[in-house]
Amino acid sequence: MIVVMVVVFGIAAYVLVKFRRKKGQDEIPEQVEGNHKLEIIWTAIPLLLVLVLAVPTIQKVFAYGENDWNNPDAVKVEVTSHQFWWEFNYPDYGVRTAQELVVPVGKKIAFQLKTNDVLHSFWVPSLGGKMDTNTEGSVNYMTLVADKADTYIGKCAELCGPSHGFMEFRVKAVDDAAFDKWVAAFKEPAVLPADAALAEKFKTNCLSCHAVGDQGGAMGPNLTGIGSRETIASILLNDISGKPGTKPTKDNLVEWLMEPQAVKPGNTMPNPKDLGFSDEEIEQIADYLANYKLDY
Amino acid sequence: MAHAHASSHSVKRYTGIMDWLTTVDHKKIGILYLIAGGFFFGIGGIEAILIRLQLIKPMNDLVSAQVFNELITMHGTTMIFLGVMPVIFALMNAVIPLQIGARDVAFPFLNSLGFWTFLFGGLLLNLSWIMGGAPDAGWTSYTPLSTNDYSSTHGVDFYTIGLQIAGLGTLIGGINFLATIITMRAPGMSFMRMPMFTWTAFITSAMILFAFPAITVGLVLLSFDRLLGANFFDVAAGGSPVLWQHIFWIFGHPEVYILILPAFGIISEVIPTFSRKRLFGYSSMVFATILIAFLGFMVWAHHMFTTGLGPVANALFSIATMLIAVPTGIKIFNWLFTMWGGQIRFTSANLFAIGFVPTFVMGGVTGVMLASAPADFQFHDTYFVVAHFHYVIVGGLVFGLFAGLHYWWPKMFGRMLNETLGKWTFWLFAIGFHMTFFVQHFLGLLGMQRRIVSYLPNQNFDELNFISTIGAILMGIGVLLFLANIVVTTRKPVGVAADPWEDGRTLEWSIPSPPPEYNFKQIPLVRGIDAFWKEKMAGNKEMTPSEPVGPIHMPSPSILPFVMSLGLFIAGLGFMFSTEDFSNSFMSLIFNKYIVLIVGLLITFAAMIARSLYDDHGYHIEVEELEGEGKA
Repeated sequence: MIVVMVVVFGIAAYVLVKFRRKKGQDEIPEQVEGNHKLEIIWTAIPLLLVLVLAVPTIQKVFAYGENDWNNPDAVKVEVTSHQFWWEFNYPDYGVRTAQELVVPVGKKIAFQLKTNDVLHSFWVPSLGGKMDTNTEGSVNYMTLVADKADTYIGKCAELCGPSHGFMEFRVKAVDDAAFDKWVAAFKEPAVLPADAALAEKFKTNCLSCHAVGDQGGAMGPNLTGIGSRETIASILLNDISGKPGTKPTKDNLVEWLMEPQAVKPGNTMPNPKDLGFSDEEIEQIADYLANYKLDY
Repeated sequence: MAHAHASSHSVKRYTGIMDWLTTVDHKKIGILYLIAGGFFFGIGGIEAILIRLQLIKPMNDLVSAQVFNELITMHGTTMIFLGVMPVIFALMNAVIPLQIGARDVAFPFLNSLGFWTFLFGGLLLNLSWIMGGAPDAGWTSYTPLSTNDYSSTHGVDFYTIGLQIAGLGTLIGGINFLATIITMRAPGMSFMRMPMFTWTAFITSAMILFAFPAITVGLVLLSFDRLLGANFFDVAAGGSPVLWQHIFWIFGHPEVYILILPAFGIISEVIPTFSRKRLFGYSSMVFATILIAFLGFMVWAHHMFTTGLGPVANALFSIATMLIAVPTGIKIFNWLFTMWGGQIRFTSANLFAIGFVPTFVMGGVTGVMLASAPADFQFHDTYFVVAHFHYVIVGGLVFGLFAGLHYWWPKMFGRMLNETLGKWTFWLFAIGFHMTFFVQHFLGLLGMQRRIVSYLPNQNFDELNFISTIGAILMGIGVLLFLANIVVTTRKPVGVAADPWEDGRTLEWSIPSPPPEYNFKQIPLVRGIDAFWKEKMAGNKEMTPSEPVGPIHMPSPSILPFVMSLGLFIAGLGFMFSTEDFSNSFMSLIFNKYIVLIVGLLITFAAMIARSLYDDHGYHIEVEELEGEGKA
């Protein structure tokens, strides 16, 4: 590619310097009709280049087209996209989480991709290409492998509404032992707020859509161990990651719960204040959630 | 010559505003297209500047997320359908009949109808800003995001109805130019003697003929889904969102070539003129143009590599897409070798034409990179794609349009644009362009998706976005300078030579600037490629006529195209709001009972009936008048 550009730019520069019209140059230049030899050369060479490019392209296309969904060695994850969050279901482990995908390092992760509403596109730039999450009937599959234990940023790459740009997620690649520990911790019974009245209010309001542990619904993101996650609502960064531009988890939760529409316009979560939560209760819920951590 | 003298001169010749509303003269319609296209180009440009200002720093809140989505949607839609397409039609109208030695297009009435439907469609679309919200689902309007469930304002209705009306105009224009170029060439002008711009306009018109019905079908289906409760794209009822993507891109990819081919044509006129050499490899240029158009219909699914079509489709569409690089490469080398051995003059027009070549090469190179499906999995829907298509559409097409406007301005208006201002326009626009879009390649590679209202800091996006915004402002200043140039030029008296660049090669330079309403007093005889240059080289000052001076038949002006389009505009509004709940009972009566829709359609049909029943044979310009004007 670079060579092509150098050749073309080189010819262009030479022509532009050499063949400027000079003062007093009045004779008519020779009217050249064409040159078959040259024309064949600059048809044949690009054609050859295309053929050279075509071979690895076709190889890779078919390599990426492999479906590992039925590969017993792969970890299966059903990805369901929502406006504007990600649901991750591990059918083999009985774990349904959200926003933060925990995977074992070095293993094939087989994804099944679909959407609950509009089209989104599942993309972890550092790990591989993207694939659209379509509606039922055109479900997609793809495979990724994380070779290094790290946290990777995932994004939505298909315009999906006002908060399209804020629809991120995290991929945490951990070693096998930590992954097993995470699965076990995830399946422990739910931890509810210590204050009984608050716990009741949390159950009747929040858990009608969200879930913690074995309790609650599946309409909103699962909140189990939300205190261990690196983000709140995928764009408020928690200081747990130790990265620049972060804030304490509790502060982020308060910011989110006080005004969800301000953080993520167009999302479907009702404002907790409209549900009858006072500022103080929001503070307490935030405190509870920020300390709801999973040990892995 | 036998003709009906009875009705000649009895036809009204309008003046002032009525002249412009009723004109069927291709030169005036060209100017109307230019004004309207320029107006929408300005709106699209303001939208672009707002988008860039929003993205100048991380987590900026200049505009809300909803407004941002409306801005990106309207920027894309406006620029493609209402900005650059009409300016292309402006140049085609202004130049094609002159280049082929014709007195007008084949169907002058249709030409006017095409313009007015485009204008009313465009106005309808832009009314959305003040009538409840602009479309917000992207210029691609992918379902389900564009369905009622997820886009509850009338924005997308404005998109579907406005584009259907505007698209009608484009289709009419395309058919008209096909008929014109096939049937109205001067004696001696065989297809292989046609100027390159005429060739590309011809191929583009053919592409319009095949591509626009696809988008029209798509828009009809989508508006039925939204307004009449149909289920074409509703999964629960058996519809398919992927279907919309296919329909859209079966139109959408050829559309890219519909846009760029005329720019290729302009470059192929400007470079030879200012190199004082004939176009290198004319026949291979023609062949390459046809091949690009053909392949352009075979590659639509490369916009859908990540939709999940499977490896076989992805592989085939990858290879087909890469093949387009071959005819495009042929063109690039032909332009370079046209300049080789020539005497290049760096006029503003030629600066834009020369600037086009390397810019387009870069757009082509990233195009081949994107064509490879596995690589596209990474590039798709990122700023890499944004950079790529702006290199092709702005660096390619808009550079081409600027070249064409500077080049043909004296022919259209009889005045030369100021060269100093023109060169400033070029440098500001070109530098601003590369600042804006070159860095966007890297933003995409770093992982910045397109169409995001904002981005978190600490992703290495900040500086590059800042540079990009500054570049966009430079481009804006460049465009303002061009406007200033037009104002300055318009204040100067008319009166440039027929061949102001002195090295004009094609027929339009053999007649006065601006041409009289009948263009050619006598239709010229074409004796070879670059007909006017050939005569000049043979020592002739003028073309050899192919007919004696005789009365010239002219079409009558008519207000009917304006009325027909106005009716469609009213009907469109009526249809769109037929599902709205009005608090006012009068409004709900006239809209919910389809009264506005029916009134609008009645206006259009009445105008069509009037057109069909009343025979208007036009009028003649007599020999005495022709000779008189010649002397004056």
